[in-house]
Amino acid sequence: MDLPRISLDADFWSLRFVDARGQSYAVRKNVPQPLVLATDSGVMATVYADGGYGYAATPDTSEAGLREALERAAAWARATARYAIDDSRTLPRPAPRGEYASPSLASKLPSPAEWYDMLGHASRLAGCDARIVDWEALVDVREETHRLITSEGGEVVQRFRFLFPSIGVTAHANGVTQQRSLNGYRGICQQGGLEILARFGFADAGTRIAQQALELLAAPNCPSGRMDVLLAPDQMVLQIHESIGHPLELDRILGDERNFAGTSFVTPDMFGTYQYGSALLNITFDPTRPEELASYAYDDEGSRAEKTFLIRGGLLERPLGGAISQARSGLPGVANARADGWNRPPIDRMANLNLEPGDATFDDLVASIERGVMMETNSSWSIDDSRNKFQFGCERARLIENGELGAVVKNPNYRGVSAKFWRSLARVGNADTVRVLGTPFCGKGEPGQSIRVGHAAPACVFTDVDVFGGEI
Amino acid sequence: MEAYFDTLARAADAALRAGEAHTMSFAGEATDFVRMNRGKVRQPGHVEQRSVALRLANGARHASHLLTLTGSATIDRDAIASAVAQLRGALASLPEDPHLLLPDTVTSSRSLRSATVPPAAAIVDDVLTLAKGHDLVGMLATGAVHRGFADSRGQRNWHAVDTFNLQWSLYHRADKAVRSSYSGLDWSADELRTRVAATIDQLALVSRPAKTIAPGQYRAFLTPAAMQEITDLLHWGGFSARALETQQSALAKMRADARFDPRVAFSEDIADGVAPAFQNDGFARPANTPLITDGKLTGALVSPRTAREFGLATNGANASESPEALSMAAGDLAAGDVLAALDTGLAIGNLWYLNYSDRPAARMTGMTRFATFWVEGGKIVAPVDVMRFDDTLFRMLGDNLEALTAKREMLLEANTYGERVLSSVTLPGALLRSLSFTL
Repeated sequence: MDLPRISLDADFWSLRFVDARGQSYAVRKNVPQPLVLATDSGVMATVYADGGYGYAATPDTSEAGLREALERAAAWARATARYAIDDSRTLPRPAPRGEYASPSLASKLPSPAEWYDMLGHASRLAGCDARIVDWEALVDVREETHRLITSEGGEVVQRFRFLFPSIGVTAHANGVTQQRSLNGYRGICQQGGLEILARFGFADAGTRIAQQALELLAAPNCPSGRMDVLLAPDQMVLQIHESIGHPLELDRILGDERNFAGTSFVTPDMFGTYQYGSALLNITFDPTRPEELASYAYDDEGSRAEKTFLIRGGLLERPLGGAISQARSGLPGVANARADGWNRPPIDRMANLNLEPGDATFDDLVASIERGVMMETNSSWSIDDSRNKFQFGCERARLIENGELGAVVKNPNYRGVSAKFWRSLARVGNADTVRVLGTPFCGKGEPGQSIRVGHAAPACVFTDVDVFGGEI
Repeated sequence: MEAYFDTLARAADAALRAGEAHTMSFAGEATDFVRMNRGKVRQPGHVEQRSVALRLANGARHASHLLTLTGSATIDRDAIASAVAQLRGALASLPEDPHLLLPDTVTSSRSLRSATVPPAAAIVDDVLTLAKGHDLVGMLATGAVHRGFADSRGQRNWHAVDTFNLQWSLYHRADKAVRSSYSGLDWSADELRTRVAATIDQLALVSRPAKTIAPGQYRAFLTPAAMQEITDLLHWGGFSARALETQQSALAKMRADARFDPRVAFSEDIADGVAPAFQNDGFARPANTPLITDGKLTGALVSPRTAREFGLATNGANASESPEALSMAAGDLAAGDVLAALDTGLAIGNLWYLNYSDRPAARMTGMTRFATFWVEGGKIVAPVDVMRFDDTLFRMLGDNLEALTAKREMLLEANTYGERVLSSVTLPGALLRSLSFTL
């Protein structure tokens, strides 16, 4: 689309267009669910004027619609300039130029009939026993084009394709209910094409998921007490997300989120000096891993995205803060100002937040534990508003005794405090143990935004963790 | 907006061929959002959006298209016609849906609830002036919200409300703060002044030296805002007929022998809320649907699809079968007697980030947040450092329920993910003999 000539009495403006197409396919209890298509297009105008900041979003991308949105954003900037938390005249005025494309963007995807055949097969495998009382296999496909134009001559076009496959079952017998899924609810989510399903063995996973759910029905509760814990990657991603990702978001540290998502136990003075975890802890912001869900070349403010260490050798180095938050705080940051659609303004988000692999094989990790549990697949998450006191639950666990995996136990939970927990990181799995996962549902912001984030994590061992089971 | 929606419906009518039918649900809003931090404005803006969920059905074959619209009737009529054609192409390869259920009666309705709300910039000016000198952080959302339904049988439903929703916190330091809100349909500058003043008064209590309590069992009073966090967790399938039938509801045990205290009663009171009286498939919703009566599970929210799947009667629930106007019956504890009745324990202003630690047992965990106080002899002594609770709802609203307050609060949903949500809860406070704290 050619952009009309924009003439606006303002210090800076940008237009961020989002054009999205989606298809949702699902088979539940072997019944194909209705096909749902989606088309979503609109533009966000952002304006700096007279020291204020304003935005306006509209689905009307005509010349008149763009002009009206820019004028409305400028009016908001001027109306609130005297209350502006920062003088917008001091904020960066980006002029990025570049492109990005998801991997396999041109590869052909199945037709609707082929998707339903594939999901029907997965569903039949999952619903293999009368004790499986509900089950579903589904995939969402989303293709998006983002185009950012700035008054300084910037233009960035980024084309994405995301797949969100999922399989889940509920088993019930004798008053006991257990749920099992393929790496969590929508835990498998990557950029690319059909190779994503092959990467996770999606086609035949239903059998294993169902068998494990049935096994859990007969399993005893997870024991209680302090013990070592081996967390599989599909729980590690949640642990990283909640107790490293959110507390490092610079807008939380600056207080923007205190009325809703919360604050952070991390304060500005801790960067460069605070020992966040053991020396084995290396956390990167990495938008360069092609298949990972939140890879991109530029964020929604136009900052160039690069792989950056946030925590190195356990030492806290920098926060997750975009260009505006960096200007507000005087701290370094990364290109993570992101919006979940055309109708929301960018704020500091995780994108891909990864724990770098270590050198231990999976067998080494198990062998290092005298008494403990291995927990898989997040099922419950709760953490305080400073992102410190947490309690997480998993779908499945196995006892570890004398360095060997033992019996399956159900309802595994553990709790701890972020500021101490990462210092108990004792072993980090090697690259063979890494899985590239994520979630499409990271919630935050006023107005609310649910955004896609990626996490690549190895399996890890933590010592002396408070573990407990369920009621029934 | 209503006329524009009718234009869209007629465009869908015109695009149909013999044997085809459509349903169309509409959502639109024009919202001013103003985000505040440190007593200043962080992000002010305006969002206009409108979309339809257009379903094309031919017999039992059907598919839907969620379509954002520009607001130009000319452009959007063409978009609707294109969407119908695209769906027609897709239907050929889709199987018949055994769970499709559409209304068999035409039930049109129209509800307009307008409000006189000052311009958003003027409200922000008032709020920041009233809280001057304090560390205020918060959010204002104000403007018109529209919901509609139309189908090829000629049914038309329209629901338009002007609401305002102001949520704010005043911070003393770190995580010590007081949270409040003012939301509804009828704006009053006096009411805003009263509420901000009350928040400032409570800030003095939060500013006292904090008390750290050890894990254990404590008497506790939960304000309606804290109770809202608990009922919000129940919105995840708790009252869903599908979740109950498939054992995924946290209340599934109530289909057998589990009970709450006989004073506990929940219902879906659409008539008293802000949600539309129709759902996205065009079914009308009853004014009141009892869910828990005398402590026993007596009803569930049944979507049309679930009705077909399990042989139930639908009661107009949306596909998520989540309450949109949940109401809990009041008790008899007077507001002025709450602290005396609590005697010694925790007065919990807000809870935060609840989740299940054992869903089939309705065991849930979460954190205290904002104004939570240690009370001794009926007097507030100190704010409490955040604590994690972990307990079952059957204990909390069962043996450990001592009283419910006589006064209830109607709390509008502040959720703005994707769009402003039109739902509410009406809840009393609850005095518990014991609540288990773990961390």
